Amino acid sequence: MSLASTITNPPEPEIHASHDVHEHPFYQKHHFETAEQQREAASFGMWLFLLTEIMFFGGLFFAYLLYRNWYYDAFVSASNSINMVMGLINTIVLIGSSFTMAMAVWSAEVRNKKLLQIFLLATVVLGFAFLGIKTGEYYDKFAEHHVPGASFDIHDFVHPQPGTNEKALSVDMANKTQIFFSLYFAMTGVHALHMIIGIGILIGLLWYSRSGIYTEGYVQPIENFGLYWHFVDIVWIFLFPLLYLINRH
Amino acid sequence: MSTIVSLPDQTTAALPKRTYINNEHGILSWLLTADHKRIAMLYLVSITFFFFIGGFFAGMVRLELLTPAGDLMAADTYNKMFTMHGIVMIFLFLVPSVPATLGNFLIPIMIGAKDLAFPKINLLSWYLYMAGGIFVLTTLVLGGVDTGWTFTTPLSTHYLNTHVVTTATAIFIAGFSSIFTGLNFIVTIHRMRAPGMTWFRLPLFVWSNYAASVLMVLGTPVLAIAIVLVALERTIGIGVFDPTKGGDPLLFQHLFWFYSHPAVYIMILPGFGVISEVISTFSRKRVFGYTAVAFSSVAIAVFGFFVWAHHMFIMGVSNYSALVFSLLTMLVAVPSAIKIFNWSFTMQKGSITFETPMLYAFGFIGLFTIGGLTGVFLGALGMDVMLTETYFVVAHFHFVMVGGMLMAFLAGIHFWWPKLTGRMYPESVSKLAAIITFVGFILTFFPQFVVGYLGMPRRYHAYPPEFQVLNVLSTAGATVLGVGYMLPLLYLAWSLKYGAIAGNNPWQATGLEWQIQSPPLTENFIETPIVDHEAYDYEWLERTKERELQHVG
Repeated sequence: MSLASTITNPPEPEIHASHDVHEHPFYQKHHFETAEQQREAASFGMWLFLLTEIMFFGGLFFAYLLYRNWYYDAFVSASNSINMVMGLINTIVLIGSSFTMAMAVWSAEVRNKKLLQIFLLATVVLGFAFLGIKTGEYYDKFAEHHVPGASFDIHDFVHPQPGTNEKALSVDMANKTQIFFSLYFAMTGVHALHMIIGIGILIGLLWYSRSGIYTEGYVQPIENFGLYWHFVDIVWIFLFPLLYLINRH
Repeated sequence: MSTIVSLPDQTTAALPKRTYINNEHGILSWLLTADHKRIAMLYLVSITFFFFIGGFFAGMVRLELLTPAGDLMAADTYNKMFTMHGIVMIFLFLVPSVPATLGNFLIPIMIGAKDLAFPKINLLSWYLYMAGGIFVLTTLVLGGVDTGWTFTTPLSTHYLNTHVVTTATAIFIAGFSSIFTGLNFIVTIHRMRAPGMTWFRLPLFVWSNYAASVLMVLGTPVLAIAIVLVALERTIGIGVFDPTKGGDPLLFQHLFWFYSHPAVYIMILPGFGVISEVISTFSRKRVFGYTAVAFSSVAIAVFGFFVWAHHMFIMGVSNYSALVFSLLTMLVAVPSAIKIFNWSFTMQKGSITFETPMLYAFGFIGLFTIGGLTGVFLGALGMDVMLTETYFVVAHFHFVMVGGMLMAFLAGIHFWWPKLTGRMYPESVSKLAAIITFVGFILTFFPQFVVGYLGMPRRYHAYPPEFQVLNVLSTAGATVLGVGYMLPLLYLAWSLKYGAIAGNNPWQATGLEWQIQSPPLTENFIETPIVDHEAYDYEWLERTKERELQHVG
């Protein structure tokens, strides 16, 4: 059987000789009539959960829209002060992890345990890489006194370093950069929290994959987690241009 | 007075040998259960506990308002009292009341399924609810919170020194419990229906819970993020709502009411479902205009998302948006009126009997109509500017939530009590309780419309002496109301041991839940039912009974 046809027509769940022909696959819960019904329910449930996540992030994106319109100059200056190269690298890392996650789902579908574990592990590693780079960026912001709160300092925006094309902001507008950084930390922080939870679940999946359940037909947990991981990735795809690329010269 | 109650012969009748209650034993079998019926019972016990906690605070508020001077407690203690009353009642009682108890118990059975789609997530949602509840109790022990249940910024972020963050955590966690309940219901209703159970054969209770679930799933996350931002502003000082940093407090109002207005429909919609079932059963008629009632639930859910700014007419939103939101608010009255009219037409020429659930349903229709119509007053821009932040709003809200939702909850609890426990509640004392509740309610809250219209502001512990008569009436009514709520607690507990054996179908109702034993088996149905009749088809029920008689005979 070629790989392509394995994906479009996944093999039937194996039925052991000792079992009745009407026996359900081992992963079917008792309250479902068929494995098909269970699969549809799980996948529908996951999409609904992602919908709640969209609403959750939606509140933040709404706040962003509002304040970016009000304090555009402050948003441009503040956006230029964060490290675009790091953001770009992180974008690539995260898209890469989405690729390895998609490959993990494929590995589960073609029932290759070794590959599944390799791709899950690769996703974990890339997830940690993302968080590591993000930590570096946060550290820079702390060092520059750009974290909202008592130690926030607008000096960099009122007196930009000579030699750069940065526009000097009035004190009043420079104060509004604090709103940008509030949103920057809230949005990337909530996103990072989703990454951390995701990595936790990934490690769990990796652990349970040793028994081989995911590579004997029970693809649903891997597939559903894949949906979550891609969602977290897509949120970043929106965050990157909105936070890093407002008006780069 | 005629009755439709048909109980088995009490001398020979006994509870079924094997039920969901005695299937397993021990406290762990309850705490680790994945059975939707047992989880519903866990919820029922917990929300009752929190209802009486919230009721205690309401009692303290009414006691303080007995006299014009602030003589029972200091102003900030009073603020904590009404805040805790609001938070406990809304987030720990009203939101989960019908969906998490009756909905949890009945939705899988009504659609012919063995369980909800995700039993473990269902249990998780109860644990999240309890975690939220424990955070609220922690707040209480630490000294309470006095923001009002609305967490208005910058009051909550800058000017109060009470336990805002623990309360915010409580609501954040309890919110996830409600998200998971809603998600579970939606997937279950879409994917777990028995063969033949089409969308338009679903009981209206399922439709209205479906609409409420959509609101839970889409609204609650927005509250969650608003609460997170408030907590972050208090703890680490980000400035999204802080005017000194360029933030806008009005943004918090938008985010908060984007959930909290739909939240009142989360609270009331499942109540509508209960009333539809009760009215149909005790009128022996199919619900008039079934499709209209079903779609009006969905319409309320949709419109409900586009009216939130009517809470903000005096907060500096633009006149044009206020105009639009005023109009949209009045639109919600249309589907609500459709329901009221259809229930009335259901009763017309029906064979009405006056069992306790029906009495509560009558109370619901009367009180909810008043509550709904005063909502139209408040939706009108000019009136709202006059009446908002007065006792008129308090009275309106309580007519809908207590007069509406609590009546519906009690109607539902009495109606399905035989199915939940296998035993009947005592009929005469429960009728008395229904009447006491109704009288107490009117006495408590009707004077508040008047006193609000005369200009008494809400949320103050003292008031001018000329308002005292009306406030005394209100406090007296609250005492009567308290008796009305204690009575069911006592006689329902009594009936667990001494109530008459109910049999499968004491009301001769048509829902799938009445065709199985009471209390049900853990797996609900021995065989997956095949549905071949419409909802509320009493002729089908007669035919089935005749067939059974022929078989036995």
